[in-house]
Amino acid sequence: MASASWPEKGNRSLIGKRISRLDGPAKSTGRAQYAYDVNLPGMLWARVLPSPYARAEVKSIDASAAAAMPGVHATWVDEDLINDEVRYVGQIVAAVAAESEEIATDALAKIAVSYTPLDHQVDDNNPALARRPSDKEEGDLAKALDEADVVVEGNYSCPVITHCCLEPHGQVAEVRDGELFLWPSTQNVSRYADRLDDAVGIARSKMHVDCQYMGGGFGSKFGHDKWGIIGSIMAKETGRPVKLMLERDLELAIAGNRPSAHAKIKVGTKSDGTVTAFEGELWGTGGSGGYSMRAFPYVFNVPNLKTTIKGIRTNRGGQRAWRAPSHPQTCFLTMSALEDAAAALKMDQVEFYKKNLGLTDRPDVYAEQLDIATKLIGYDRKSHLRGDASPGPVKRGLGFGLHTWGGLGHGSECEVTINPDGSVSASIGTQDLGTGARTLIAIVAGETLGLPLEAIEARIGKNSYPASGASGGSTTTGGIATSTRLASTAALNELLAVVAPRLGGNADALEAKEGVIREINHPNNAIAWADACALLGTNAITKRGVNNRTEAKEQGFIDEGVGGVQIADVSVDTETGVVTLNKMVAVQDCGLILDMKTAESQVMGGLIMGITFALFEEALYDPTTGRMLNADMEFYRLAGISDVGDLKVHMMTGEKYEKRGVIGLGEPPVISPGAALSNAVANAIGVRVPELPLTPERVLAALA
Amino acid sequence: MKAFEYAAPSTIESAVSLLGDQWGETEILAGGTDLITSLKQGITAPDRVVSLKHLGLNDITVDEDKGTVTIGAMTPMGALASDNTIARHFPALAKAASNLGSPQMLSTGTVGGDLCQRPRCWYYRNGMGLLAQKDGKSLVEAGDNRYHAIFGNGGKAKFVSASSLGPALIALGATIATSSRRIPASEFFATPKSESERETVLKPNEIATAIEVPLSGLKNATYEVRHRRGLDWPYATASVAFQANGGKAQVVLGHVAPTPWVASQAAAVLNGAAVSSEIAAKCGAAASQGAAPLSKNGYKTKMVETAVKRAVLIAAGLQAEG
Amino acid sequence: MSEEPTSSQVSDSGLSRRGFLKGFGVSGAATGLIAEAHAQEAESAPKVHGPGEIPVTLSINGKNHRINLEPRVTLLDALRNRLDLTGSKKVCDRGTCGACTVLVDGDPAYACSMLAIEAEGREITTIEGLGTPDQMNAVQEAFVENDAQQCGFCTPGFVVACTAVLNQNPDATLEEAQGGCGGNLCRCGTYAGMNQALLDAAKSMKMKGGA
Repeated sequence: MASASWPEKGNRSLIGKRISRLDGPAKSTGRAQYAYDVNLPGMLWARVLPSPYARAEVKSIDASAAAAMPGVHATWVDEDLINDEVRYVGQIVAAVAAESEEIATDALAKIAVSYTPLDHQVDDNNPALARRPSDKEEGDLAKALDEADVVVEGNYSCPVITHCCLEPHGQVAEVRDGELFLWPSTQNVSRYADRLDDAVGIARSKMHVDCQYMGGGFGSKFGHDKWGIIGSIMAKETGRPVKLMLERDLELAIAGNRPSAHAKIKVGTKSDGTVTAFEGELWGTGGSGGYSMRAFPYVFNVPNLKTTIKGIRTNRGGQRAWRAPSHPQTCFLTMSALEDAAAALKMDQVEFYKKNLGLTDRPDVYAEQLDIATKLIGYDRKSHLRGDASPGPVKRGLGFGLHTWGGLGHGSECEVTINPDGSVSASIGTQDLGTGARTLIAIVAGETLGLPLEAIEARIGKNSYPASGASGGSTTTGGIATSTRLASTAALNELLAVVAPRLGGNADALEAKEGVIREINHPNNAIAWADACALLGTNAITKRGVNNRTEAKEQGFIDEGVGGVQIADVSVDTETGVVTLNKMVAVQDCGLILDMKTAESQVMGGLIMGITFALFEEALYDPTTGRMLNADMEFYRLAGISDVGDLKVHMMTGEKYEKRGVIGLGEPPVISPGAALSNAVANAIGVRVPELPLTPERVLAALA
Repeated sequence: MKAFEYAAPSTIESAVSLLGDQWGETEILAGGTDLITSLKQGITAPDRVVSLKHLGLNDITVDEDKGTVTIGAMTPMGALASDNTIARHFPALAKAASNLGSPQMLSTGTVGGDLCQRPRCWYYRNGMGLLAQKDGKSLVEAGDNRYHAIFGNGGKAKFVSASSLGPALIALGATIATSSRRIPASEFFATPKSESERETVLKPNEIATAIEVPLSGLKNATYEVRHRRGLDWPYATASVAFQANGGKAQVVLGHVAPTPWVASQAAAVLNGAAVSSEIAAKCGAAASQGAAPLSKNGYKTKMVETAVKRAVLIAAGLQAEG
Repeated sequence: MSEEPTSSQVSDSGLSRRGFLKGFGVSGAATGLIAEAHAQEAESAPKVHGPGEIPVTLSINGKNHRINLEPRVTLLDALRNRLDLTGSKKVCDRGTCGACTVLVDGDPAYACSMLAIEAEGREITTIEGLGTPDQMNAVQEAFVENDAQQCGFCTPGFVVACTAVLNQNPDATLEEAQGGCGGNLCRCGTYAGMNQALLDAAKSMKMKGGA
């Protein structure tokens, strides 16, 4: 029997190599078809009508004039809103489906909605408005503060940012013979249609979801959302396919909000740098819904602490999960406050962090990572205490961020089929968010069966395949790797049993390597893969493998809990306030790496997304009208290719890390940049810029 | 976007005849980079769009006798940015054009379009009106005005002129030729007092056709304070022009007022003084005098000082281009 | 696409181009509708089109497509919604992000910010015209090799922009090549891969003498 355990280092053909993603050519040539690209015969174009008010009572919605327009095939009105309230600008109140986008746009203008505007509230940074505090207390804070040699206090702040997925939320829906076919942009293929049945009146078993490519989700595309219901209802009503994709302004305002976090923090330390006390009050908004924020301080478990977290309900779109929920915010708040303490102590940053690694869950890993990261950035050569004393208006500085994440593989089932003609497929109801899921499945199946990558047909993106979890929280890679490994191993063992009589009779003495089945001890006693499969006669082998998280963790397939260290090297023009990132290093602990190329891409991508948050992103609201002012890509800024500096990624590899099994990698690298860049700017200019993003106006204000 | 009629006449006379005499009835389409966005945003909804694509007007020509360089209004910004004559004589213009930062914008955006584009004020672009008034109050004053005007903002207009070339053209003493007259660049821009006015002195049925820039041998430069390096708007801009020995100085600011803003007190510092680091700094300080920041844009004062100082030093050859 | 294929007759360039030249003469950049309008304009009042649908001929990736559309339809919407050329993506739809980048007579342009009717008489190249999964151009190969893509939604626009800058400046430094991408944005953060892809593609294009 071939063992399902991950192969040892010297015994890997594909795992850990640098492999280009299989669907790269389709993406680079524009052939990859996303939900937005699905064009079907007879298809209608749907557009939604958003509320222009942040809060208003809806008296009536009349879509009859729109419905009467030539070319309009369906209208939809949110009846539940009548005599109820809209709670944010952009809330969908009605929709139309027409033969062209132009007609649909014209028709929207003919929908009459009668509103009575009501008072609204979009301010997310007034702690007096915050509700439902959740308190935490450990040790004896008062005593620790009293006995501290240095106490620093500061306010720190990071705003609501929005996912800004390049492919907006939406889907194409079609009802044929009573069955609903859906092509959504989703990160949750297997369970996208959950609870859609009641809304549409079609059984869950008659819903077919297909998402081969999706243009970014980052935590915002788990459900079918209101637009999924509207599109499906219109498709059912008209009998024609309906495409409903959000316009860019709605995508930014209502389909993705990461909660803000503002805090007042007090840190107490001993003169040797040991952190002994942490007091923090944190508030922010999750928009029109509740506010969800993890406990803090982050990474450093300060023994004496008292913290409060409370949310402000605002008339904004509701919060959605965002790559490493709550971590970037609490990392920034905590590390900024800690670094301010180090600066007050006039202590070297590395020395300070090392002094306090005992407060973390993985001191050894962080210590090793700090050594690597400081070498890569040239710390000894570049470092200085807070405030660059060199002459001239441009000041340079270094700053740190330390982070942690779980990343345990989610529940996943894979079906592997070995056909008599030698072809192999691996099918999972998962999705590729850009992490390379297809490629990883092919790597694991190919590794297990001793076949090249091209020999594996990795099938994903349909809910007709065995179910797999939603892609969130860095859980996909561990989940699909394990289920693929188990299914492939089971299928192989059945094939070995069939082949064994031809190769000496003992299936346990056989292995699949380099495209043949052979005796482990007599590799020349072999049979080619295709010939081996031909022995199956007419019956394919089909086996399923299941990632059961608890078991798989015990058996070493997957694990959770990683650390990472990042250092930013910035220059700040003190006469313009412009911050330039010169260089940044990310050292990341990640378990067994399946594909070094896409793994590094994930870390680079997380880093760049974090840099974007640190330097550019914020959702801005007008207090009078309650509108998001920058629901576009002009003033909602993303970093461009020339804005991110020289980036270095170092993955922690070797026996110690690899033996833990596979751990997801999407979240951790996105966490630290806010902290690292903010600390680097403080190190450069000598004062803290208390708010993110680090825009010129904030830097100049801090210097003034 | 509302449906509209489209015409692409081949003569200026035809083009003028196709235009209405009220703003908003018709719109002129040059490169389209602003107009098409404005149409989609619904901030203008004309019945007819008149394209200038077939008028030519896209050459840069030098007339040694007259001592002018003439830039056709339909010249792409990229052609301006890469033209050798412009680079040699008017680095202030070349820099202002190349700073757009987007090859797509450079290939399609035109010189005339740059002068006539509408403001990027987010209240305006979100449909709250050019002057963004609600119940007799300014939404800008009460709201987020971080990118708004610090000069010339005493009236209802709080937005900043979006033109990249305007400050440099004024500093260089350019003249703008239209279908019916010639207008000094310094008189081309206007601050609207009502929603029915626009940001230039052009009439609705008047077309900017060319820009004439005198070859006066002035040292000149543009410095823009920018955060993102690709396509983005500057926070503040300074274009300067002056004689090598001081004199004939012009200092014009961009993105800080509803029009390009002539800082004459800063120019006075340059007149009659050889440029030095100290003079440049004084010039910058003078340029920021009289600023009247709103609640969130006080930082622009410092930026103006820096931009002017650096533009002066670059023009004088005392500092490399930033 | 539903009704559209009936109204959009895709023809090979050869035949229809000859018909084109015969009908409208050979001079000038304008062909088709606009050239016809100019001929009439000389005699009478200038020609005004629309606001309803009018026939427009677009030359895309070397093929002529005659379609009916309203003057307000952008080139991007014509490509995606009328011609099913969906490689050019609609993201910001405001001329900021570059996902819709196409080449117009060899220069990069935002298809979202150009009226389709204004693309008449111009040579449009979309991502579909640059290569196929089996025969990628140098930029596409370098994007795959260096994993300069994640979700892939910005990728076609970047590939077109990179191809344009390297075609126009084969000796571009990395900084200059990055400048060619200054009008494009990526959300997944693939810039590190893109930097290497730009270097590799430039090298390979120099060896091969083009993309």
